[in-house]
Amino acid sequence: MSHDEDVAAGKRKLVYMANQIARFFASMPREEQVEGVARHINDFWEPRMRRHFFEIVEAGGEGLSPLVMEAASHIRRPPPPEPLPAAAQAQ
Amino acid sequence: MALVPDLDYGTPASQAGEQVTLTVDGRAVTVPAGTSIMRAGMEAGVEIPKLCATDMLDAFGSCRVCLVEIEGRAGTPASCTTPVAAGMVVHTKTERLDRIRRGVMELYVSDHPSGWDEQRGTGASEFDRMARTVGLTQNRYGTDGRNHVAPGDGSLNIDYIARDESNPYFTYDPSQCIVCSRCVRACEEVQGTFALTVEGRGFDSRIAAGMSDSFLYSECVSCGACVQACPTDALREKTVLEKGMPERAVVTTCGYCGVGCSFRVEMKGDEVVRMVPSKDGKANHGHSCVKGRFAWGYTTHKDRILNPMVRDRITDPWREVSWDEAFAHIAGEFRRIQHQYGRSAIGGITSSRCTNEETYLVQKLVRQGFGNNNVDTCARVCHSPTGYGLKTTFGTSAGTQDFDSVEQTDVMIVIGANPTDAHPVFASRMKKRLREGARLIVIDPRRTELVRSAHIAADYHLPLRPGTNVAMLTALGHVIVEEGLYDEAFIRERCDWDAFQDWAEFVMQPENSPEAVAGATGVPAELVRGAARLYATGGNGAIYYGLGVTEHSQGSTAVMAIANLAMATGNIGKPGVGVNPLRGQNNVQGSCDMGSFPHELPGYRHISDPGVRGIYEKVWGVRLDEEPGLRINNMLDAAVEDTFKGLYVQGEDILQSDPDTHHVAAGLAAMECVVVHDLFLNETANYAHVFLPGSTFLEKDGTFINAERRINMVRKVVEPKAGYADWETTQLLARAMGFDWTYTHPSQIMDEIAATTPTFAGVSYDLLEREGSVQWPCNEKAPLGTPVMHVDGFVRGKGRFIRTEYVATDERTGPRFPLLLTTGRILSQYNVGAQTRRTDNVVWHGEDRLEIHPHDAEQRGVRDGDWVRLQSRAGATTLRALVTERVAPGVVYTTFHHPDTQANVVTTDFSDWATNCPEYKVTAVQVSPSNGPSDWQEEYNEQARASRRIAGRLEAAE
Repeated sequence: MSHDEDVAAGKRKLVYMANQIARFFASMPREEQVEGVARHINDFWEPRMRRHFFEIVEAGGEGLSPLVMEAASHIRRPPPPEPLPAAAQAQ
Repeated sequence: MALVPDLDYGTPASQAGEQVTLTVDGRAVTVPAGTSIMRAGMEAGVEIPKLCATDMLDAFGSCRVCLVEIEGRAGTPASCTTPVAAGMVVHTKTERLDRIRRGVMELYVSDHPSGWDEQRGTGASEFDRMARTVGLTQNRYGTDGRNHVAPGDGSLNIDYIARDESNPYFTYDPSQCIVCSRCVRACEEVQGTFALTVEGRGFDSRIAAGMSDSFLYSECVSCGACVQACPTDALREKTVLEKGMPERAVVTTCGYCGVGCSFRVEMKGDEVVRMVPSKDGKANHGHSCVKGRFAWGYTTHKDRILNPMVRDRITDPWREVSWDEAFAHIAGEFRRIQHQYGRSAIGGITSSRCTNEETYLVQKLVRQGFGNNNVDTCARVCHSPTGYGLKTTFGTSAGTQDFDSVEQTDVMIVIGANPTDAHPVFASRMKKRLREGARLIVIDPRRTELVRSAHIAADYHLPLRPGTNVAMLTALGHVIVEEGLYDEAFIRERCDWDAFQDWAEFVMQPENSPEAVAGATGVPAELVRGAARLYATGGNGAIYYGLGVTEHSQGSTAVMAIANLAMATGNIGKPGVGVNPLRGQNNVQGSCDMGSFPHELPGYRHISDPGVRGIYEKVWGVRLDEEPGLRINNMLDAAVEDTFKGLYVQGEDILQSDPDTHHVAAGLAAMECVVVHDLFLNETANYAHVFLPGSTFLEKDGTFINAERRINMVRKVVEPKAGYADWETTQLLARAMGFDWTYTHPSQIMDEIAATTPTFAGVSYDLLEREGSVQWPCNEKAPLGTPVMHVDGFVRGKGRFIRTEYVATDERTGPRFPLLLTTGRILSQYNVGAQTRRTDNVVWHGEDRLEIHPHDAEQRGVRDGDWVRLQSRAGATTLRALVTERVAPGVVYTTFHHPDTQANVVTTDFSDWATNCPEYKVTAVQVSPSNGPSDWQEEYNEQARASRRIAGRLEAAE
């Protein structure tokens, strides 16, 4: 697989995982659903995953369930990627 | 230190509250009512001679050596079977008693030669000692009786039975046997297997395994209880016969499963002669299984790697280097990778096989040294849903009881667990309680041994289809609510009442009734209703569960469903009840407690909490990253995306044990510096650039925490073969990376844990030495630890009911893959088998087999023993079939102990929605006849062989 395909496969997996989380919280009382999904992702998804997540959301959220889309605004934005020491030196 | 055997009080302790005072040989002694005179004597410091009695077993009264005289009573009653009475005056040493005992012993020796080789550890048996104790000096009956005696002159007696050497670990020599039946009773009462019997009558009586089989081919499970019980040399460890009797003993904790048995490691010089379970062990009370008792040979196996090794590319042969060179190489590479790809491009994996102290150091190295939270542990692939589920419902990530609690259990639910294979010592205690009358519900796709075995039968076996636990558990809740079987007083007092009502409404929805879910689970509704009624109304109800619950796409949901049932029925907060996860690895509880997960610091405190980070920032002198780090599977995903490049793996074989082997291999292959720290060149090491030799549990000090939260001491018995205990290796690596770690003993690491983790605040090595072990939480509120949790209230305050909607897994059967594969373990082997495959345990299980129902086998033209190809959407492997009705039609089963099989080539990358714990227990597969190993297996073996080459060494023949 090429690198781009790997990234795409990784993103498909994220969509699947986010929907899986939403599927669990969907049975909760209405007021807990959005908060539950957002909290779960905030607690357990590392910044790289959340970065990919927002890329997906901003590209239209293809495949993401409506509940995930609704929760997106409650999900913490990842910190900007740190400048790579190597890249900084090269400049 | 001389070898001081565990004291044997002759009969079990009485649990009675009433105290009785009597006099034994002029000494007054007070004991609980119901105590035997023999035991009371021992308490008073008077050892009464005995042969057929031992405190692991009920009194039997057959040997007639323990006779005593009691003032005011006629005759000479046996002290083992006679209970004490107030004011009783007992004499144990009189001329008359001496005469009788000598007479009895003389009859014994006339038929049983004493000792079979003075040089080889005999003359040291209990029998030999008793002969000396009673002053036996003569044998007027001669030694040429035809029964039992091996003449020793080359000729054979007519009734001589040759020694049975079939078991790899012990010998049975019938000629030494005095038919005291201790072994038979140990097999029944302690182990619960009933493999041994006394056959024949009178002088013809012989001990036999099975139907006069050899031990190896009988039902014997080689737990060693009979060998321990034998007072003669009839049953004796082969290592004792080879090396002689041990001279000293060190008490430590077994390194295999989550039961955490205490063992006496018995030594001669610097060599281990045998391991004997310790009666003082609070988890095992003197019992053991074939792994802990006998399978320690891997600790000195020739495959152990004893020198650090480095290579530039994984296709190169390994190059042996000095420790310093290895550390410098890793530090240089890790820093280079972080410089080039970023701070979060490296991470570590802690081991549930290593001590708490070692685990703590690895996560500290990652958080302090690497500056990120990319640390995870093998609990990810087993019990991470337990952590999530129990924390959400109860407020803490651990089982609620101690093992002793089972003695007060009236109804057990065993779901997704096979304790007789995976937690054998605790299974023996379960069986004992079941024989005493406790009732049993087994929820498992397979007909496990607990469903029906000697003197055990489950009241209900619910053989559900793999992947439908949540539907089943919710249906049980449906019946409990519908029939009003819940404990309203308990729920109102202890739980969130609103949440209960919400849950009750949810479970009462028609689609959650047993009738409605029967289509998915395949279990008739009446069975489910009966089981629910029994659990809710049968007295103390305890739920025991294992990986059959957690390793599903709804693993966390199932754990919460279990917690719901326990709360609804008031089965929490007292002995005999509770939610009891049966942990897999020796220290999986500890590795989770020690902050091995990427989102939490030790004691399950989330990394985003600035207060908690502050505690560690102060002690470690760095700023901690507030973002959760990568889990194992995220690391592999990130690696194939080229953003994760370096990994330090301590004592875990992710390539063999994690799902979707192709993906794991691709992830590892994409990394630039993989450091494997292990005993052997495991499968993951095929992709490693640095190998650091590890130390076994016999080579270090530390602590393990078992499934009941018990912190047990691990004590160094021999020096680390490769030079360093694992905690020292991690410390040297941290130092090479510029961190000034200066621990000189693991006790200092525990002190740091205690100082920073509230649930461990009271723990110290001094306390553990004094108490033997304690169960966390151990702090000001519970200075000696906490056997039962949530006694007066849940850790989180009010217990929280959670809706548990059943969501079918996306791994579905269909025309191409019509069967469901589920995976598990077997008694004699342990997980990936790195240890047990390097012992004689392979005689019981030399390869993984595919269990398949006769109906499915016949349809495919597969006969027992045939090679079959096992194919899923993820991959294919081959192994040999075992045709059996233990599995239902439509379900196949295998173990994953052997790397040749690579069962995880077949498993998919579906995982638990909350924790990403892989769904090992459900894979849709097809089975077809095959000629032998698949191309992948052959390629894999070739790659593995090539990657294990060490420069300058001849290739080792496997």
